[in-house]
Amino acid sequence: MNKMPQWADVVLIPLISLLLAAILSALVILAIGENPWAAFKLMVDGALMRSAGWGYTLYYATNFMFTGLAVAVAFHARIFNIGGEGQAMFAGLGVAYVCLFIPWPHWSLALIGASVGAAVFGALWALIPAYLQAKRGSHIVITTIMFNFIAAALLNYMLVNVLRPPRSMDPATATFPEATHLPSFRDMFSTADNIMFRGAPANVTFFIALAACVLVWYLIWRTRLGYEIRAFGFSESGAKYAGISPVRITIIAMLISGALAGLMSVNTTMGESERLVLNSTEGAGFIGIAVALMGRNHPFGVFLAAILFGFLYQGGAELALWTNIPRELIVVIQALVILFTGALDNMVRMPLEKLFLSMRKGDA
Amino acid sequence: MDFMTLLQVLDSTVRLATPLLLACLAGLYSERAGIFDIGLEGKMLAAAFFSAAVAYMSGSVWLGLLAGIGASVVLSILHGLASITFRGNQLISGVAINFLAAGMTVLVAQSWFAQGGRTPSLTGAARFDPITLPLAETLQNVPILGPIYHELISGHSILVYLAFLMVPGTWWLLYRTRFGLRLRAVGENPAAVDTAGVSVVALRYAAVLICGVLCGIAGAYLATALQAGFVKDMTAGRGFIALAALIFAKWRPWYALSACLLFGLLQAVALRYQNIDLGSFVIPVQVMDALPYILTVVILAGFVGRAIPPRAGGEPYVKER
Amino acid sequence: MTTMTTAPAIQLKGISKAFGPVQANKDISISVQPGTIHGIIGENGAGKSTLMSILYGFYKADKGEIWIKGQHTQIPDSQAAIAAGIGMVFQHFKLVENFTVLENIILGAEDGALLRPSIAKARKELQHLAEEYGLNVDPDTLIENLSVGHQQRVEILKALYRQADILILDEPTGVLTPAEADQLFRILARLKEEGKTIILITHKLREIMDITDTVSVMRRGEMTATVKTSQTSPEELAELMVGRKVLLRVDKKPATPGDVVLEVENLQVIDEKGVERLKGIGLSVRAGEILGIAGVAGNGQSELLEVLGGICDATGTIRMNGTELPLTGKGAHGQSRRAAGIAHVPEDRQREGLIMDYSAWENTVFGYHRDPAIQKGFLMDNAAIQEEAQAKMDRFDVRPPHPKLAAKNFSGGNQQKIVLAREIERNPDLLLIGQPTRGVDIGAIEFIHQQIVNLRDQGKAILLVSVELDEILSLSDRIAVMFDGQIMGERMPDQTDEKELGLLMAGVVQTPDASLEKVVDQQFALQEEEREGTR
Repeated sequence: MNKMPQWADVVLIPLISLLLAAILSALVILAIGENPWAAFKLMVDGALMRSAGWGYTLYYATNFMFTGLAVAVAFHARIFNIGGEGQAMFAGLGVAYVCLFIPWPHWSLALIGASVGAAVFGALWALIPAYLQAKRGSHIVITTIMFNFIAAALLNYMLVNVLRPPRSMDPATATFPEATHLPSFRDMFSTADNIMFRGAPANVTFFIALAACVLVWYLIWRTRLGYEIRAFGFSESGAKYAGISPVRITIIAMLISGALAGLMSVNTTMGESERLVLNSTEGAGFIGIAVALMGRNHPFGVFLAAILFGFLYQGGAELALWTNIPRELIVVIQALVILFTGALDNMVRMPLEKLFLSMRKGDA
Repeated sequence: MDFMTLLQVLDSTVRLATPLLLACLAGLYSERAGIFDIGLEGKMLAAAFFSAAVAYMSGSVWLGLLAGIGASVVLSILHGLASITFRGNQLISGVAINFLAAGMTVLVAQSWFAQGGRTPSLTGAARFDPITLPLAETLQNVPILGPIYHELISGHSILVYLAFLMVPGTWWLLYRTRFGLRLRAVGENPAAVDTAGVSVVALRYAAVLICGVLCGIAGAYLATALQAGFVKDMTAGRGFIALAALIFAKWRPWYALSACLLFGLLQAVALRYQNIDLGSFVIPVQVMDALPYILTVVILAGFVGRAIPPRAGGEPYVKER
Repeated sequence: MTTMTTAPAIQLKGISKAFGPVQANKDISISVQPGTIHGIIGENGAGKSTLMSILYGFYKADKGEIWIKGQHTQIPDSQAAIAAGIGMVFQHFKLVENFTVLENIILGAEDGALLRPSIAKARKELQHLAEEYGLNVDPDTLIENLSVGHQQRVEILKALYRQADILILDEPTGVLTPAEADQLFRILARLKEEGKTIILITHKLREIMDITDTVSVMRRGEMTATVKTSQTSPEELAELMVGRKVLLRVDKKPATPGDVVLEVENLQVIDEKGVERLKGIGLSVRAGEILGIAGVAGNGQSELLEVLGGICDATGTIRMNGTELPLTGKGAHGQSRRAAGIAHVPEDRQREGLIMDYSAWENTVFGYHRDPAIQKGFLMDNAAIQEEAQAKMDRFDVRPPHPKLAAKNFSGGNQQKIVLAREIERNPDLLLIGQPTRGVDIGAIEFIHQQIVNLRDQGKAILLVSVELDEILSLSDRIAVMFDGQIMGERMPDQTDEKELGLLMAGVVQTPDASLEKVVDQQFALQEEEREGTR
């Protein structure tokens, strides 16, 4: 029998992990001489109490949903795709090319085109590590790390030497044409006398992220491909027996993962900056790891965890603005979440399992 | 390129290879014992900050070194706790440690020094000074060998010499001692070690602790010898280049030296020349930046010799019959 | 030596060990005299290995005492066991593959902090041991280049180098050929002569009768009897092992073979290490017949099943109902084999036949999940699959009958029923079935055997691979014996016996080597007795 009821595994363990991360973060804030409660209130005020705050929270959450789903899909095939950052970076080039060099008549068509561009470029950047893992047995964690650095160098080269407009000192592309500008939440939800989401970067891409969550759920739990991906993830020998090709699944899972990671660049590049800049990914590819771990690789969990991290990001920015706490606090919280939900999972799990076992014995 | 320029580039290669070498050997101990460590970067970064901070406050670089090692070892213990005691995923633990270091260093730096995540510049006894080897001045006019001795071999900080001595030291420890035999065995088949009556847990913790000490020295070197103080994210991917070098070296000490020198040379050239003009075309500086990573992928792909990691690497040890 | 005989070499008093709700060892006491070979026999899962692991410090007993040579001894870890003079040869060897023999032998028993003196000393000692016990192994070879039999010798040498005078061997012959097993037994006899105490764990009655002085029988975690081997019989031991009279003959009518369904010609497999696993196999299976493949584990039977099931590439020819099937590339996957009418119950259901973390209903379509009948548009028709799974589980009496329970929560027998239900109910022309009753309880064995015979009676072709000779003899209509990647010969079950099959399994065809024949003769005479008794 299972040692614990499923709800404990899905809900209780992430919550305890989150609590542990929160307590440690509070201690860190205390240690640097600030008041954790005040800091938390400031974060909530800044991120959740005004529509503009929500506009930022959801903007970040959009990125994290994509990268979290990317990590989660690969995790189902027991592949650790740590290269979401590089895939998103490379995908930025795809978005830039689509937006700069195709004359789009309307933003909706441009959005479709850019999404395809981002997904294809993201998938391409995942393809080589996937192929090397599937065919040559090269450890994909190492190759995707290497590809993050290679992507950074490549993007740097492209922006400095190729795509930078003449006479510009900035390593960035030209601003995308007007027709490719995506409607922001302000455009969509404001009325004449009530302006919502003022100045916030959240945009229509958020809904693509929501759709991606739903589609990934269907993919993993309702399609043959998802069935094969999960079967391969649980047992490679079993997959071979069933006629599921490990090479095919590794490559397809990584292509999907890379495409999802790539899609975040639509949000940052087309939706927010409206041109491709260096470091537009801002580490969101890595936050995907925390989001997927926290969300237990389930799209709904990823959705909730992405919102949580969106809140942390926006709240962290507020803290940096109004207090002496630098934005890096979020990086610490992120590290703690990864630590407790990922690496130290057993530390949380083992005592809990014992507790449930003794409770069951008590019942019997 | 004249002789002196060559020497200068090589001299800079040695300086830049040193932190890579220390971190690479650190990873070697850990991975040879079966514990994957992608947290080298984070450990170096933490060590860089704490060594610079303590060196600045105490005025003693040696206290700084100790503090750096201490910080790195604390993260090592965390990694050991996650991957040995709680049998967690070693890769995820490494990722967490990198972020923890990246966040904490800036957080603490801001709180202690309020200079935007950096330490004040180090001067005097708070830095490691270059050591002039005996007779370096006297011999520098001897043709060819004199300048090589004076420019290239002499005039580094003590940590550089330590790092290079660590190579034969590591080789000896690994292949000529009981500890080395057991360490290699625990990375290949921990069950063999366990049934032979040796503690797998103790061996792996020992390896992880050595890894922490070496990463600590590497980080301290960065902040107190190569540069004068800590700045945010100053490791700049060196932990990952060291990891790449480790794979390039197929987890062997002497190969590690060659790999780190090669990657150090790439950094030195990139630093000095930016874009390299070869007449017909120009090699952009980004190629030099990316080359260590590209080379590692090629090696991993098995096109140039196969890199086979220790067999039990990455797997927590669970007793079974 | 005379003083030693007074105190038992090993005495266990009231040992108990539970893993969660499972009581693996229940109040076990035994006493083993020095200089004897003591057998411990029992079915898979009877708790033999757990008991020995406690003795070797791998697990800690919940209750009970261990006395070694008359001394109450605590064994919290392997270190303590070694110090008490206990050596253990595990079923799966604990060797470092890319170390030399010498390095493996000194590991953990080094002489000081530097290696050179340790190695030199070990080299001398090894030579000495080799001469004394006939344990010749090249000390500088890497383990990965040694045969299984030689690797086992290294394990024994490891124990002897640590001055063990009590040696535990856990199922030592499982991976050996009969000739290698014979050599091992000669070594053990020699060790006994030298005054060592040996505990032999096995589930093979033949080995117990052959070599032990005393024997203990375990059943479901309990020690049911300890007797002198000379005063017992195989049939008595068998009964003690399973707790009731065993009926291994299956009731079946004579076969009425029809057309040839499967034809295999010149099948060759070379693995990634370059070892030739199948050396040009040829065989055929007709509709309505069971072809049994007998052989010691590791002689190519697994590869044969894997090639036919589309798991492993090969060269040669396979024809199914007259149509040639591809042996490499895309058309050689399990999916296309299934499409060709081949069902496959694999040898290892936990690693291959089932996804242990999938629920039972998900497992009932595993391998057939691309079948258009269970799709609804782009999606899988999970509701229909679940409904069908419930019906299948009811028909095959899978307990508990809950399709949503994960496969890992069923017992071995019920897991096997889930696999069988999936493969049989697809109405295949050919069923490949490997080790159908390995790790399955007695009740389920009869059910599974009956299902196989029923399928034959429906006119299906069946290829059965088993290392249990009894199972082969009672189920097959025709028997082929494999040895070293080749088929040594085919026999009809009513025109052969264990002796002849045993010779074939050992690779002996026509002019058997006299000494080998004698050994095999002895062993099979014993097994004959055992079979007589169980009838």
